[in-house]
Amino acid sequence: MFDDFMLRALIAGCGVALVAGPFGTFVVWRRMAYFGDTLAHSALLGVALGFLLEVDPILAVMLVCLLVALLLFFLQRQQRLPSDTLLGILSHSTLSLGLVTIAFMEELRIDLLAYLFGDILAVGRSDILMIYICALIALGILIYLWRPLLAIALHEDLARVEGVRVDLVQLSFSCLLALVVAIMMKVVGLLLITSLFILPAAAVRRLSRSPEQMAVLAALAGVISVSGGLYGSWQFDTPAGPSIVVAATLLFTFLQLFPARQ
Amino acid sequence: MADPLLVLNDICLVRNQRHILENVSCHIDPAEILTLIGPNGAGKTSLLKVALGLTKADSGKVVRSENLRIGYMPQKLIVDRTFPLSVARFMRLTGHYTEKQMQQALDEVGAGRMLNASLADLSGGELQRVLLGRALLRRPQLLVLDEPVQGVDVQGQVELFELIGRLRDNFGCAVLMVSHDLHLVMSATDRVICLNQHICCTGTPASVQRDEQFLKLFGPAILPHLAVYNHDVQHQHGSCPHQGCSCPFGEGGADV
Repeated sequence: MFDDFMLRALIAGCGVALVAGPFGTFVVWRRMAYFGDTLAHSALLGVALGFLLEVDPILAVMLVCLLVALLLFFLQRQQRLPSDTLLGILSHSTLSLGLVTIAFMEELRIDLLAYLFGDILAVGRSDILMIYICALIALGILIYLWRPLLAIALHEDLARVEGVRVDLVQLSFSCLLALVVAIMMKVVGLLLITSLFILPAAAVRRLSRSPEQMAVLAALAGVISVSGGLYGSWQFDTPAGPSIVVAATLLFTFLQLFPARQ
Repeated sequence: MADPLLVLNDICLVRNQRHILENVSCHIDPAEILTLIGPNGAGKTSLLKVALGLTKADSGKVVRSENLRIGYMPQKLIVDRTFPLSVARFMRLTGHYTEKQMQQALDEVGAGRMLNASLADLSGGELQRVLLGRALLRRPQLLVLDEPVQGVDVQGQVELFELIGRLRDNFGCAVLMVSHDLHLVMSATDRVICLNQHICCTGTPASVQRDEQFLKLFGPAILPHLAVYNHDVQHQHGSCPHQGCSCPFGEGGADV
């Protein structure tokens, strides 16, 4: 019943959801939602630069996100401005820079909506390969960093006194997040990326008894949202990216009806 | 006398051209309980952070004895409701311990029933005990406690100070703590440092309480109760032996 492009969309979407879930739990615990937004917004600058310099957009997005993550890390250490101010400055300046750069390239016609809200129905085999390679790398390193990340999420200074290399772990996590944002852009679009971090993780919090359980359940909730959203998009002829987020929201609301597990 | 575990030498810490710490020198010996007291903003927590190596001093030296094992208990641990973590998982977050070791440590601090509780469900006093127990797992030679009785009722405070004293006796570890409460802490400590950017006075609780600087800092009204702060009484540096800062950062002797 599903066409070929629907199957590709499902495979790509599930790959992204599987990696977004576990990363999303840390985005929720560490209150990094705005940080995720900033990375996502800067992705548009990456797209524009990719076209300008004629490199693969996903690669360009990764590079720009990585640079923004590094820039933020060092600006935050200086403590001249509060973090949310820094994030706001970087988030909107990179988004606007991206839009302006695209406007300058008159000969090029870019489907802006595809980048803002995702274009999952257009993913090809090479995109799927890219998504799964990046997802595997990101998940592998995340598992390696899991315990120190938990310690930092609980109390940074305590972790530092107990020998955790806080700066290194945090910097690595930011870079991984940049990688994940780049592959998520194709699926839900840069304006909706953060929702795929937060909604599944928040949805399963009350059902989880350990951090690991929450990460696995969040990945699962993401897969359900992607499948449900794609099905809805096919049934009702709605845009795929937003439909996935709507499905995630419905799942979140539904799971709140259950009593919390202790 | 054994060598001190930790020596701070002429520590200066400057933020925004303002002295947080000014020529602070102190040391802590094995198995002694040393308490930092002082008004709000006196730099107590900053001094702890310098001692722990979390903050780098702008000048001065921190010397630790070789392979010093430190157990740290931070001022506030706010456990987010979104964080599903049990006490047992929390205790072995940065080390490998057996169930039995963890249970023993919790028994030691009177929190034996908490092992499988959710961290977010603990009350203020229970969380402080769990934090103490967790610090003990590291077999520390030095326990660093930042306001260990904060958010605990008076009865609980008395018990916690007794517990800290008992831990020192049982494990032979030194304790460096910051306290807000003068009355209770005086009975639970060997030595007191009275801090207000610089060290105003130091000594045994009995001698510090008679010290002119201590009375200036906290006001004579403190004497009958030794429990209440008087924030209105400003510390007068005119009669203080403190000579102003010699370090090249910021303005020296800011209050003179």
